[in-house]
Amino acid sequence: MSANPIIETNAPASRLQTKLRTENVSMVFTRDGESMSVLENINLEVGDGEFVCLLGPSGCGKSTLLSAIAGFFKPTVGEIRIDGEAVRNPDPRRIFVFQERGVFPWLTVEGNIGFGLARLSRSERMQRVSHYIKMVGLEGFEKSYPHELSGGMKQRVEVARALAVNPDVLFLDEPFGALDSITRMVMRGELLRIWLAERKTILFVTHDIDEAVQLADRVVVMSARPGRIQQVVHIDIPHPRDISSPRYLELRDGILSQIGLAHNL
Amino acid sequence: MKLRRGLWPVLFILVLLAAWQLAVSLHPGQLLPGPWKTGQGIADLAEHGLIVRYTVASLFRVTWGFFLAVVIAIPLGLVIGWYRRAEMALNPILQIIRPISPLAWIPIAILWFGVGDLAAVFLIFIGCFLPLLIAVINAVESVPAVYVNAGRNFGLGPVALMRKILYPAIVPRLMTGLRITLGVAWLVVVAAEMIAVNSGLGFLIVDARNAGNRYDLVLAGMVVIGVVGLLLDTFVRALERARPLRWGYVEKD
Repeated sequence: MSANPIIETNAPASRLQTKLRTENVSMVFTRDGESMSVLENINLEVGDGEFVCLLGPSGCGKSTLLSAIAGFFKPTVGEIRIDGEAVRNPDPRRIFVFQERGVFPWLTVEGNIGFGLARLSRSERMQRVSHYIKMVGLEGFEKSYPHELSGGMKQRVEVARALAVNPDVLFLDEPFGALDSITRMVMRGELLRIWLAERKTILFVTHDIDEAVQLADRVVVMSARPGRIQQVVHIDIPHPRDISSPRYLELRDGILSQIGLAHNL
Repeated sequence: MKLRRGLWPVLFILVLLAAWQLAVSLHPGQLLPGPWKTGQGIADLAEHGLIVRYTVASLFRVTWGFFLAVVIAIPLGLVIGWYRRAEMALNPILQIIRPISPLAWIPIAILWFGVGDLAAVFLIFIGCFLPLLIAVINAVESVPAVYVNAGRNFGLGPVALMRKILYPAIVPRLMTGLRITLGVAWLVVVAAEMIAVNSGLGFLIVDARNAGNRYDLVLAGMVVIGVVGLLLDTFVRALERARPLRWGYVEKD
């Protein structure tokens, strides 16, 4: 066994071009006259086509960081650059996937998935929609409304809606957090399959260590209050990953002890 | 089972009618015309074609007043609600105007529009506009941020955001507002017709009294007003249950 099983780096594997970079990003919220530091000095680089998980306990600011990178608000200090351009606003080239709450309840499955395609002609739009309906396995539910679907199916609709506009980057904020554990496993598999096929850059927020180690090229471990990058772990296991292999367990346990948790309850 | 549940209200109405008839026959000429005479009054009106004619006249005014209120209040409410998510300046004025009964506007309506349909339509508009505007504003403010953010993410500007996100997101709540407002419109039209015009169900009631104390016709008019009001309410309720709107109930947990 190697002496240091965890490879630490804030930069992506060298073969990848930098897609996204945060430069000294800090975030201070003021509430009732008291200021609270939520993020402190976040420097992170994500490569083109890379799958990066932001992992940390709830309240560590990982979702705040993701929202800022997506352009929903501006960091107090620092700059976020995507393709070298400073991020100012949300952009259809980079789609944020909320938990299944983000699906529009007033539109059918078809309407949701085609939502970002208003500029296309009707036939092009229908073609694209049916392609992504098939990709996420929702054939037969085209005319259904979200309230008629299960949580996992709604999540598929949202992922398909994001993919349909062919973005370069996907931001996923605990997308499977509200699903039961079996559905969650299935959805991880599907996300990986889609990612391997389309090679989008993915930034994925989770508080689930296994989820992070199963999915990511790199896991960014964050500490709480103020949120800082504690460590970046390179997951050097090729897909499909054997989640009972020694290397998997080694990496997972390394992160567990990094967070300060024992291996047995 | 369903039949029996439908039977109870009918039975109850029959009991009430019987009690009414009994009370009237115990104190003849003192209370009201009995249900029998009221029924005869309805038949009398129907025979002269007045029920249809006056109902149509009243519905015509309600339709116009309500329609104008809807087409102005919804876009205005969307705009105010959207910008008020950040800032609220309009609220005090709305809260002061709101408790003023639409009937208090009758003199002004007659001053501006004279005696006629326009005055009645104006009063109904006044009665509907403000409650509807407030309903829209409140509904917009309660639209979850996640829908707005998703819309922004797909590149929608303010106008597209209102049309494609805020408006559909408020429709279920809006339907409730519309139903209540239509009820108000139906209340106001009767009062407006008593003063401002010489047709319609409200006019029927004052006219029946003035032209020889025909209280049987007064009651007949009241029954017709009740039944038409019920039908209007049932109609909007049916719209509320349309499949694309049903999520509004499911998601309220």
